[in-house]
Amino acid sequence: MSSTTAVRPATGTPPTTRRPRRRLSGRALSFIILTIGLLVWLVPFAWMALGSVKTQSEILQRPPTWWPENPTGDNFAQWFGPLDFGTFFTNSLVVAVVTVLGNLIFCSMVGYALAKMEFPGKKILFAVVMITLMVPGVVTFVPLFVMVSKLGLVNSYAALILPFITAPLGVFLMRQFMLGIPEALIEAARIDGASELRIFARVVMPLCGPPLATLAILTFLTSWNNFLWPLVSAQTESMYTLPVALSLYSTGQNATNYGLLLAGSVLVITPILALFVVLQRYFIQGIATAGLK
Amino acid sequence: MRPGPAGRPSNGRRSTGPSSQKRRQALIAWGFCLPFVIVFGIFMVVPLVGSFAMSFTDFTARDIPSPFSVNFTGLEQYGALFSDPRFVKSLGVTAIFVVVGIPVTMAVALGLALALNMSKGKFVSFLRVGFYAPVVTSIVAVAVVWRYILQPEGLLNSALAVVGIDGPNWLNDPSWALPSLIMMAVWRNVGTLMVIFLAGLQAVPEEVQEAAVMDGASPFRRLRSVTLPLLRPTLLLGAILISVGYLQFFEEAFVMTKGGPLDSTLSVAYYTYQQFGFGEYGLASAASYVLFLAIALISLLQFRLLRSKD
Repeated sequence: MSSTTAVRPATGTPPTTRRPRRRLSGRALSFIILTIGLLVWLVPFAWMALGSVKTQSEILQRPPTWWPENPTGDNFAQWFGPLDFGTFFTNSLVVAVVTVLGNLIFCSMVGYALAKMEFPGKKILFAVVMITLMVPGVVTFVPLFVMVSKLGLVNSYAALILPFITAPLGVFLMRQFMLGIPEALIEAARIDGASELRIFARVVMPLCGPPLATLAILTFLTSWNNFLWPLVSAQTESMYTLPVALSLYSTGQNATNYGLLLAGSVLVITPILALFVVLQRYFIQGIATAGLK
Repeated sequence: MRPGPAGRPSNGRRSTGPSSQKRRQALIAWGFCLPFVIVFGIFMVVPLVGSFAMSFTDFTARDIPSPFSVNFTGLEQYGALFSDPRFVKSLGVTAIFVVVGIPVTMAVALGLALALNMSKGKFVSFLRVGFYAPVVTSIVAVAVVWRYILQPEGLLNSALAVVGIDGPNWLNDPSWALPSLIMMAVWRNVGTLMVIFLAGLQAVPEEVQEAAVMDGASPFRRLRSVTLPLLRPTLLLGAILISVGYLQFFEEAFVMTKGGPLDSTLSVAYYTYQQFGFGEYGLASAASYVLFLAIALISLLQFRLLRSKD
């Protein structure tokens, strides 16, 4: 890397001996600052992980210890024992996976119609999608709750999933990408007599890998971390998702049992962090596209 | 028929085929939209319209069994809202959160993006991942550890004690609770802006920088006179993006302070949630529409901005 930067200035000005060195020192400086910054940035994660294996008495010790003196797995054992981690995890996973699948299918279908077909009402449909894109969660919250309870859906997977199984952002992302697919490709298939469903499934969707991946990751992330709606609509332990379980155990008699709560936190964020580390390029791209487009 | 540069199949008049063909295509198109229209209509559009309608009524939790007993009250709820000192306070709290939170988040994100842009190699992506990690974590988990860090004798105050500072009782002190939440929000959101700024920085042409170097501009001068002006559209976009999120500021207050102490972290969204809890659905809806209006205005600004960029 440094060789390319050393060569480039040579095309410019005479003092080639001075400039590369200044660049390098600037780089070294930023490198040091970034490394220190990152260490500070990651302290909450480290503190969470370290605290999760401390005993209750060590957690309460003042001043706090950095390294656990007698590391213990008790906090985790509680989650896997008396507290029903398996159920919460399964709920979170089922809700997230179904929500993701629903979004991929529904949003790409609408995206296809909006991008590649002409029909009366198209402009209105797109306008509705764009308007709902900026609706803050609290706006629909109240009537949604009234409606879900009227429909008798409270405390069911349906209540956790249905409000999120479609999203305007997904429609928008898919439409934007599909606009870029050459019309000629679709016309050719139409002339060959392929049905629209066939064109959609065999021609368009195979080209949509990148936006589908983005949408899947964004939706999974949102669903996994979703908190307020599940808190309201899941009312028995058998329906809690992980964040709901964690938040409910962090009040009441467990409010000061930080060891238990930190272990729970570790359990909530580990799956999504693992996914993030593996797919980080797509996560970051996803946020960038969702934000920029 | 070529799609225009914006990709719009212009005017949409397809000269091929008779009108029955067009009707058929319209039917197929709506067929593609149907599942979305039904689910989205029921779970998004109906509540959205419902909430708007509710904001003009005296709907409360008691009316759920018999919705026909609800009275139309016009703008009364909006009037009640603005004469409620707690709502006015929540406007102030949200404003502080936005007005202080955005510049701080942007400054940190910009600093990181500039530094990351300067360094190259494998380690950069490692750094980027590290700074981005808080973005993907659950707010509840984050709240647990931050509450633990911000305890009167927690990690932060122990660290401050080392340098001789007597730290406050962060979350229980009305004057420090909101700053604590802003601090946590910055930690959690910097990654998003950092990524956007980094993309903007990488779009700054190398030649422009080199030209400035040739003219003998110092690094600081280059930043001020070359990089930042070129980055302005990206910075503005970042500010708008993050402001939409910060205006809705709720979960931080919910999981950390419950709006307290003394309503010092009562945001508009939290006020709305509270009124909902009290069963004051009309008032809650009115409050949520005030918030919606603010967010819609900012989003419109964003679309204008993006359009002018094309």
